[in-house]
Amino acid sequence: MPELQDLYQQIILDHNKNPRNYRELPNATRKVEGYNPLCGDHYTVFLELDGETIKEIAFTGNGCAISKASASVMSTTVKGKTREEAERYFDTFHRLVTGDRTGLSTDELGRLAAFSGVSEFPARVKCASLAWHTLRTALENEAKEVVTTE
Amino acid sequence: MSAAKQSAGRRAQSAEVGVGAVGLRSALSALPSEYDVARIRGDFPILSRNVRGKQLVYLDNAATTQKPQAVIDRIVRYYTEENSNVHRGVHYLSEVATAAYESARTTVKNFIHARDEKEIVFTRGTTEGINLVAQSWGRTNVGTGDEVVITAIEHHSNIVPWQLLCAEKKATLRIAPVNDAGDVILDEFRALLNDRTKIVAIGHASNALGTINPIKQMIAMAHDAGAVVIVDGAQGVPHLPIDAQDLGCEFYAFSGHKVYAPTGIGVLYGKEAILDAMPPWQGGGDMILSVTFEKTTYNALPYKFEAGTPNIEGVIGLATALDYVSGVGIEAIAAHEHDLERYATRRLLEVEGLTIIGTAKAKASVISFTLEGVHPHDIGTILDQEGIAIRTGHHCAQPIMLRFNIPATGRASFGMYNTREEADVLVSGLKKVIEVFR
Repeated sequence: MPELQDLYQQIILDHNKNPRNYRELPNATRKVEGYNPLCGDHYTVFLELDGETIKEIAFTGNGCAISKASASVMSTTVKGKTREEAERYFDTFHRLVTGDRTGLSTDELGRLAAFSGVSEFPARVKCASLAWHTLRTALENEAKEVVTTE
Repeated sequence: MSAAKQSAGRRAQSAEVGVGAVGLRSALSALPSEYDVARIRGDFPILSRNVRGKQLVYLDNAATTQKPQAVIDRIVRYYTEENSNVHRGVHYLSEVATAAYESARTTVKNFIHARDEKEIVFTRGTTEGINLVAQSWGRTNVGTGDEVVITAIEHHSNIVPWQLLCAEKKATLRIAPVNDAGDVILDEFRALLNDRTKIVAIGHASNALGTINPIKQMIAMAHDAGAVVIVDGAQGVPHLPIDAQDLGCEFYAFSGHKVYAPTGIGVLYGKEAILDAMPPWQGGGDMILSVTFEKTTYNALPYKFEAGTPNIEGVIGLATALDYVSGVGIEAIAAHEHDLERYATRRLLEVEGLTIIGTAKAKASVISFTLEGVHPHDIGTILDQEGIAIRTGHHCAQPIMLRFNIPATGRASFGMYNTREEADVLVSGLKKVIEVFR
């Protein structure tokens, strides 16, 4: 049976309470909204790209602890990384929360490992993924737009 | 019959304070001490199961209710002994199925005190009933510049069909606002009504806030303006005695699954004269008298609105559920639920940081709440680990969430089989939520 403390790990509770990079980016080159109409989670991800590198990343918005902590951890993970590296983190994270952990090493996971409990709670996978899908859209498109996970 | 008239008279006497409130009050003086909740729980097999290793505490009755063994058995008996198509065959099984189907219509008619079986149209649920009225009555009677009035606490299913109609007909949708308690501001509602108002669509009780609207009074106001009224009774029928004739509305729609019957079956009540004048909505078998490629003659009421093979098991299950509710007594159920709502509200307010959204004068047993610093979705997951089922989210009523400036709420909704002890379990669960997030 899935345990609550697997889902609400200390890192998640901490990032929910004190989200990192939780602000608007005045010099953002990309700005994309992510929205989950089912539960009302709503975030905006701001990126400042310098060539292929994510020079700055920030986010605003509100939602459940899982979605907010995920956005926060994501921002600290991909800051200073290239697009390609960020895409790799997206895949890693997606596999982690959907329970496909084959070949994922602890090193590779880093702080993302805190979300390993999510796969035991199918109803919460979308919460954890919302910010990541929003980031991916921001990296792929120059146009500002709204992403939903429904 | 005389008993029905008597109760209608009793409610009519104090109509000014609203049908819901009166129903509850008169019910309170009825027989709360004789309410045998343990026996009722025994009739609902699912309530004794464990969920996540804990005893199930089912507090999501505004989403759907559990089914008594009588309903489950009746459906099994239908498929074991009676299954056949209705209104078609000359053979024995078709006669049996048709008799059961039509006798269910009489049960519904009696339950909501309609005048005639012709006024009972079986639908898939409340949503389909409202869409039927918007499409059939609405497209015939609403034109450019006309107005449709709803309230700010409607479910999406009593908003979107009217938006579709208004967009097609270039009509205007007007919204009666609510105050901070979640009560419709009646003066503002009245002020919206005028000779362009063609139809008023109001919820009997709000699924998101629990507010019981004073619908009898609102129907009278709408009639004064010459408008037709449809009541969304999805949350009314399970909790309040309904007397369609006494209310006077032209239409009343409700769902079976919210009143202990199966999903996929509902009822649209409509006054005979208005249903008769309406064009059919869906075409097909059963709704016609004769078809040639030149001319088709439509069937009489209510069959004109029941195209295709209906949900026969649903109809039969619905009648069984309504019989079960009548056996317990809708007034006794209303009194029991009112007691639970009052008790749970009192206990919930002991929880640190908890705010109840919706404090209307008259409330159904629906309690929406927020917990400071914790998103409702997280509350839902943690309570689920304790075996407690509540709804979290916007409850298909996003405009009302905007009105109160919140993204979502947690919602505990009580049915006839819930107990004060279950409210206590909910409170303990919420204390656990706070511990996790401290």
